[in-house]
Amino acid sequence: MAPKGKISAAIIGLILLASLIMPFVYPYDPHAIDLDSLKEPPGPGHPLGTDQKGRDMLARLLEGATISISVSLLAAVVAMGIGLALGLVSGYFGGKLDMALMGLVDLVLSFPSLLLAIGVSVVLPAGIYTVMIAIAFVGWASFARLTRGYVLSLKEAQYVEAARAIGCGHGRVLMKHILPQCVPLALTLMTLKLGGYIITEASLSFLGLGAQPPVATWGSMISQGRAYIAVAPWIALFPGIAIAGTALSFNLLGDALSARFGLKMRG
Amino acid sequence: MNFAVFILKKLFITVLILLGIAFITFSLVKQLGDPALSMVGERASPEVIEKIRKEIGADRPFLEQYVNYIKLLTKGELGRSYATKKEVKKELLAKFPNTMKLALLAMLFAVPVGVGLGFWAALKRNTVFDTFISSATILGISVPVFFSGLLIMLLISLKFKILPPSGTGGLRFMLLPALTLSLPAIATLARVSRTTVLDIIDMPFIKTARAKGLTEMKVNLAHILRNALIPIVTVIGLDFGSYLNGAVLTETIFGWDGIGRFAVEGIMKRDYPVVMGTILLGTVIFIFINVLVDISYHALDPRIRSRG
Repeated sequence: MAPKGKISAAIIGLILLASLIMPFVYPYDPHAIDLDSLKEPPGPGHPLGTDQKGRDMLARLLEGATISISVSLLAAVVAMGIGLALGLVSGYFGGKLDMALMGLVDLVLSFPSLLLAIGVSVVLPAGIYTVMIAIAFVGWASFARLTRGYVLSLKEAQYVEAARAIGCGHGRVLMKHILPQCVPLALTLMTLKLGGYIITEASLSFLGLGAQPPVATWGSMISQGRAYIAVAPWIALFPGIAIAGTALSFNLLGDALSARFGLKMRG
Repeated sequence: MNFAVFILKKLFITVLILLGIAFITFSLVKQLGDPALSMVGERASPEVIEKIRKEIGADRPFLEQYVNYIKLLTKGELGRSYATKKEVKKELLAKFPNTMKLALLAMLFAVPVGVGLGFWAALKRNTVFDTFISSATILGISVPVFFSGLLIMLLISLKFKILPPSGTGGLRFMLLPALTLSLPAIATLARVSRTTVLDIIDMPFIKTARAKGLTEMKVNLAHILRNALIPIVTVIGLDFGSYLNGAVLTETIFGWDGIGRFAVEGIMKRDYPVVMGTILLGTVIFIFINVLVDISYHALDPRIRSRG
């Protein structure tokens, strides 16, 4: 794998590790309001400063990291599961079902995704599960299309014909012979998509549709810090850098993996 | 299939999709919570809430409400906002040009810059410039617009005080939000252009073009760019969806009075007619753009024309 892939994987690992360990060793509580230290700039007391309510920025950023990454990752797993299942069935059996499913995929893929996600998160009560469902609701379609295309070429392969010839049922051929081939490709697409999911999670929380206060998310921190951008820019800057850095790492890792597994993505 | 049939078929599908989207959004939006409650607040007396429910028809069965809404749509109406009592159609028509202006200006930045950078990077394959463009475009798709917008605002409006930070108005107000909106589009376009051009550049017909003595300029424009246009136009069209996405966030940040901000305010106030209206309008725009893209294929590629 290209060095940029290794470096980004290391950065993602570091962020994960920090967000898991820090709550136990770092002295500040992300929700503790401290009226004596409002909007303190980064310094020895608070390494990344404090926000408009005197809460420690680093502690809040780490809480945001846990939420951002776990929500995006869970959503990606759900989207991949649904997409793999539908793509397998659609590509393998073809026919009317295939046409209907791919029509649906086209519709979902072509519709402005954030509007769709906003639609979903408006229906369900705001919170992290809603964000997860919203992302998966839009996300499954790319996995379904990728898997279907791959299955179309796989089902003509000789080893699949051989498996059918020795009497394997459709279920067995799908699960044991075709599915395992699709997994690396789907995992690569998942890495490639995670950067976008992180941004969608942040956008939804920015609009107030994500995890609710007092829980800190990167998006909601920017939305609150916006009002103080002239006097205390760090309140909005640090979560912004966190979002961009994490999304960038996932995108670079995804790029490196797609080069490795020969996945060609347009756009 | 001739062209008129093609367009008619597209229109028919469009109407079906619209009815479907209307049904889905309607059933979704109805779950939002009680609009009567959010209009008068939790402390209002039950009688008042009941009266408002009757007034806006929220006490009727779900299907009746849907049928009534579709009837309203066929009359070309979108109902009135619960919050302001103004007609949603009028509001949308007033705000829509603002969003279009912003999106078009952003496209005006994004298309030449994005395609140009991608094309150039592909021609200079595996040089420092190519690597730089590739890294810059990945960064471009990794920074959310609400953050890049904030940075641009901080730098240009608050630090150097060149342009106003927010508001709706002439070009002075449009430049920053349009620039923000164009950044991810530039990145996507540059990536797609680069891959597409790289695919074409090694094809035999390019070698032939060079061999028969065409100038580099002619090879680049008439042979490479011409063939790269189809995927690029697809992305420009599809990207319009992301302009609509981006508009929701950018308009909120820069206080631009367009349909994106209107939708966000509608969501916050549980103002169903507003949310429904903007989603439907968004869908119409979106389908319209897709039809335009299809038509432009016919103009761009004679192969598609002969196939129908």
